[in-house]
Amino acid sequence: MSRLAATLTIACVLGSALLLIVLNQATPPGSAAHVSTYAVSLAGKYLSYAMLALAVDLVWGFAGILSLGHAAFFALGGYAMGMYLMRQIGTRGVYANPDLPDFMVFLNWHELPWYWWGFNWFPVAVLAALLVPGILALVFGWLAFRSRVTGVYLSIITQALTYALLLAFFRNDMGFGGNNGLTDFKDMLGGISLQSDATRCGLLLATAILLSAAFLLTRAMVLSRYGKVLVAVRDAESRTRFLGYRPERYKLVAWVVSAMIASIGGALYVPQVGIINPGEFAPANSIEAVIWVAIGGRGTLSGAILGAVLVNFGKTLFTGALPELWLFALGGLFIAVTLFLPNGIIGLLPRRKDAAVDEPEQPPVLTTSEAAAREVTS
Amino acid sequence: MTAIGPTSDTVLYVNGVTKVFDGFRALNNLSLVLRPGEMRAIIGPNGAGKTTMMDVITGKTRPDTGQVVFDADTDLTKLDEPAIAQLGIGRKFQKPTVFEHHTVWDNLLLSLAGDRAPGFALFARQTKAERERIEGILRTVRLMEHRNRRGGDLSHGQKQWLEIGMLLAQEPKLLLVDEPVAGMTDHETAQTAELLREINRTRSVVVVEHDMDFVRALGVRVTCLHEGSVLSEGTIDHVSADPKVVEVYLGR
Ligand SMILES: Nc1ncnc2c1ncn2[C@@H]1O[C@H](COP(=O)(O)OP(=O)(O)O)[C@@H](O)[C@H]1O
Ligand SMILES: [Mg+2]
Repeated sequence: MSRLAATLTIACVLGSALLLIVLNQATPPGSAAHVSTYAVSLAGKYLSYAMLALAVDLVWGFAGILSLGHAAFFALGGYAMGMYLMRQIGTRGVYANPDLPDFMVFLNWHELPWYWWGFNWFPVAVLAALLVPGILALVFGWLAFRSRVTGVYLSIITQALTYALLLAFFRNDMGFGGNNGLTDFKDMLGGISLQSDATRCGLLLATAILLSAAFLLTRAMVLSRYGKVLVAVRDAESRTRFLGYRPERYKLVAWVVSAMIASIGGALYVPQVGIINPGEFAPANSIEAVIWVAIGGRGTLSGAILGAVLVNFGKTLFTGALPELWLFALGGLFIAVTLFLPNGIIGLLPRRKDAAVDEPEQPPVLTTSEAAAREVTS
Repeated sequence: MTAIGPTSDTVLYVNGVTKVFDGFRALNNLSLVLRPGEMRAIIGPNGAGKTTMMDVITGKTRPDTGQVVFDADTDLTKLDEPAIAQLGIGRKFQKPTVFEHHTVWDNLLLSLAGDRAPGFALFARQTKAERERIEGILRTVRLMEHRNRRGGDLSHGQKQWLEIGMLLAQEPKLLLVDEPVAGMTDHETAQTAELLREINRTRSVVVVEHDMDFVRALGVRVTCLHEGSVLSEGTIDHVSADPKVVEVYLGR
């Protein structure tokens, strides 16, 4: 990916977020240029999804790991943020219990479970959003990659992972609000109301900034020598082993980073949509994320962002008019892209020859003739 | 294991190796000794176990019984592929396998001997020494003009050479080369024989090959495998005149 493409991507992400914010804040409601707060949060939601797509693309596009369970990491990040927001409600819940969230009072619980401790502090929630999915990914990836589980088998166990979490989070006795999940949030960061326009604008800006940061991080990774090895593992894993590499370690690094990026996406998503429930673990969500990436352009980080935003924008328009037909439309789009645009939408743009590995480092030609002397002996 | 006894002064010591796949003896009490600096040609009909022997040496396949010792003192049967590769054994596959999406240059860069940890690779910068090393290899494998082409865009013969270049980049003590001239033109075959002889000046080499003209051009000691064990060993003239060899292989 050229520097220009990367700059354009970040300019688009930050620029469109800023534009929406300005149009929301600086124009009076009712004027033609005004952007509703609802639209601001909708954009924030799309950009959170774009982080999930970026995470999927890092492992699928560059390491060849087709994860069909990445929404699990997204949802875990969402729950970490949801728990923090629940604790901020304090005595303003229906039961006005100072120590317990409403759903726990309803279940007749008398004390806060240990895993809720500390979640009234924002840094703890942030740490949990990074560490819980990170450690889960580390353990899962270590077991799977070390056993050389690849291809469709790996995809299936990632589905099993998210499905298992779906079932677990549905249970009331897990202490995460069961079926209803966590909702009715009031404010965050010492009393900033989640309903205010300014907060919604701030959340959109934060999402745009963190998405850009995640983009730069993943870009640096795939352009480094590490990224080249990762692509080599994707294309010829056993060859890398006979060169002395341990592919499982390379995959594990990408896998864990990817899980954490997905999780941050989820943590940003929850305050903007106002709810997190076990439905976010649904296997279909993970599959949708893969489709965004395929449509945008697998193996092109910008494409993943573009795919997530465009498809979800389409979904918003489409489900307004014909909600029951959305899945058919998405499926049709996926098939059409697979057949006619193997490099996704981004493949339509004028760009350099190679989509998958980005621009190779230009090897400088030696100016001296000393290389001639260096034959096999060295 | 110490460097005394039969393994001393060997770079590869294979002794009594047997490998059974679903009741089929792919290797049957196979023994082979390679002296440091030696090049050995392995011939034998299809299914004789030549590739399986390489699989056993490189850690891809665990033998059921037998010893495989590298460099007089390292037991290879306990190690996996990356560990064996890092010890200094390079392998070229029967079907050329290069990294198709990477340029010739990057294929060599990733193969250069060095730290293989992800943490190193994340922050690695190409050094002058690395660039010089790659330039030297490009020259050796005659791919100077193709450095910026993608591996996948090379001709079959060029891929074979690139893969040999990748082996050289690993700086192995021992190279295992499986059917390097399959699908090559006569001219390319002759160049490959020359290349292997050049490599053999500093490294031990085991070449599996069907092409008898090529084996003759190498001019090295020949081992003929049949049904997983050694049928005959010696000079090319000795082996090709051996009635047992004529019967199972050359006579067909
Ligand atoms: N992994 C394996 N599983 C089952 N059979 C195998 C395996 N690898 C090799 N074989 C069998 O072992 C025999 C020897 O194969 P191979 O070593 O590839 O022969 P060569 O390279 O001499 O042509 C063949 O009959 C092959 O089918
Ligand atoms: Mg073979």
